[in-house]
Amino acid sequence: MRSTRVIPSRRFTIHSWMCVAFLFISIGFAKASQASSLTHMASLEAAAVLASDPPQAADAKAPEPENGWFNQGKTALFLWIIFVGLAVTVSVAMAKRGRPMKIRRIAALEAVDNAVGRATEMGRAILFVPGIQDMDNIQTVAGLTMLGRVAKTAAEYDATIEVPTSRSLVMEAARDVVRASYLSAGRPDGFSNDRINYITDEQFGYVAHVAGYMVREKPATCFYMGCFYAESLIFAETGNAIGAIQIAGTAESSQLPFFVAACDYTLIGEEFFAASAYLSGEPAQLGTLRGQDAGKLAVMVMVVLGAIVATIVARSPDSTGAAGVLDFLYKMVGG
Amino acid sequence: MKRVIPLWIAVIAGFGILFSSFIPVAERAGEMFADIFSVIAAIAFILGALSLAKQHLGKLSRREAGWGYSIITFGTFIAMLFIGMSKIGIHPNTQYPQAPYSGGNDTEGSAFMWMYEYVMTPLTSTMFALLAFFVASAAFRAFRAKNTEAVLLLITAFIILLGRTFAGVLLTGWLPDWASGLRLENLSVYVMQVFNTAGSRAIMIGIALGVAATGLRILFGLDRSWLGGGDA
Repeated sequence: MRSTRVIPSRRFTIHSWMCVAFLFISIGFAKASQASSLTHMASLEAAAVLASDPPQAADAKAPEPENGWFNQGKTALFLWIIFVGLAVTVSVAMAKRGRPMKIRRIAALEAVDNAVGRATEMGRAILFVPGIQDMDNIQTVAGLTMLGRVAKTAAEYDATIEVPTSRSLVMEAARDVVRASYLSAGRPDGFSNDRINYITDEQFGYVAHVAGYMVREKPATCFYMGCFYAESLIFAETGNAIGAIQIAGTAESSQLPFFVAACDYTLIGEEFFAASAYLSGEPAQLGTLRGQDAGKLAVMVMVVLGAIVATIVARSPDSTGAAGVLDFLYKMVGG
Repeated sequence: MKRVIPLWIAVIAGFGILFSSFIPVAERAGEMFADIFSVIAAIAFILGALSLAKQHLGKLSRREAGWGYSIITFGTFIAMLFIGMSKIGIHPNTQYPQAPYSGGNDTEGSAFMWMYEYVMTPLTSTMFALLAFFVASAAFRAFRAKNTEAVLLLITAFIILLGRTFAGVLLTGWLPDWASGLRLENLSVYVMQVFNTAGSRAIMIGIALGVAATGLRILFGLDRSWLGGGDA
């Protein structure tokens, strides 16, 4: 037990150094890009002067187009990453020092244990669908972190968990996650590779399998955690028809209404990404949520400020200063 | 070791892709990581195919309920694999007319394409068509006027549905110009542009920050649950 407490703190030191190094490197690149852009502008001015006198320009060496050190069009995004990165780092450090982190209650996550317990009592399986995208999608990764928690509870309760996947890489990752969960629950014998299967990459082929499984086997609990498209409502409505308790989570805003309409609990957007931190209860992970909230506060301030400035601009269009501020805010928030 | 190496791969690839989106000279690094991912995914596909074979052959040997479906699934999988790999009915690529197997599987007249167009696409369309019925049943349940919020949702849904169809124009088209804002088609646009946009933007901002925070958690190794959690 002692080693499990010591290792994360050591690792945090390494990662905090990595984080600081990343920020310094990023700032370094930003400065370099600024210098580079000035050089670039100077070279463009020189090119314009040379272009006004064609005979001389022909003799002079034409400025070569350069790629530059920094993509100026993404400055706002870069600054946001720096800001969120700093907020997360500071919050994690504060959490590590013992500062209490107050997290609001998320009903869908509170219901996970009850949902797994219900499946155990009914003697039926738990269905976990990790979306239809591959491991390069952050929603799939977030879904697998949830799978780890659900599988651990299922292992403790001795419930059966079925994970059909639509990508072979996700299948491999899911097997590792579930195996580790059974191991940490002290029930390695309860784990079976055969319950985590690859079905097909084809969207509706996968839907056909999962819906068919639901109708035949009637799982007591269904989790839909990941990236979903048109199949979301087919899953949720089939689950509803068989009387399963359903918990969904996705960041696909177009699919959220379907899950809200057909599922018992839905993790909406950011709640889905907060799930692993919320369930783990680790100070370092909870600190990242606080950093995320700092970013949200900054956006809220900018949106309110933007509304006020936009009103001023609408009332007095001649106000160039207000128009400049509005343009800056638009670039920062709207890209 | 089993978790430290994947963690470092994720950290290096993650930072590589992050930098490549801001630094033009590093764009190739980002493309390289994306290519590596594609290669790994292609190799993992073999594992997926083996899993599929194991699952259905197991069902067949045990004569489990629904084993007949396994024959269809596994049989069509083998058939498509054979047709695709043997390139039945494929004409040589015009650039390499001497090479008989140089044509692509997606060319006109190939058996693979025929199977895709006349078997796969209709099946997919059938599944997709089911969605219309599920939308109706979900809408029926969602729009039941159980409480004040549900009544508001029902009214808003009616405004949107009528405003987006010709019925809206028929019902409220007679309203004079000074009350044009109350016409259903205009009300529908107002609801979508003001209330809906405000709500969806709030969700989108939350999602963007959630993605950033999750990405940083993974890149800094704070969240290792996707590797199975625990320590290395």
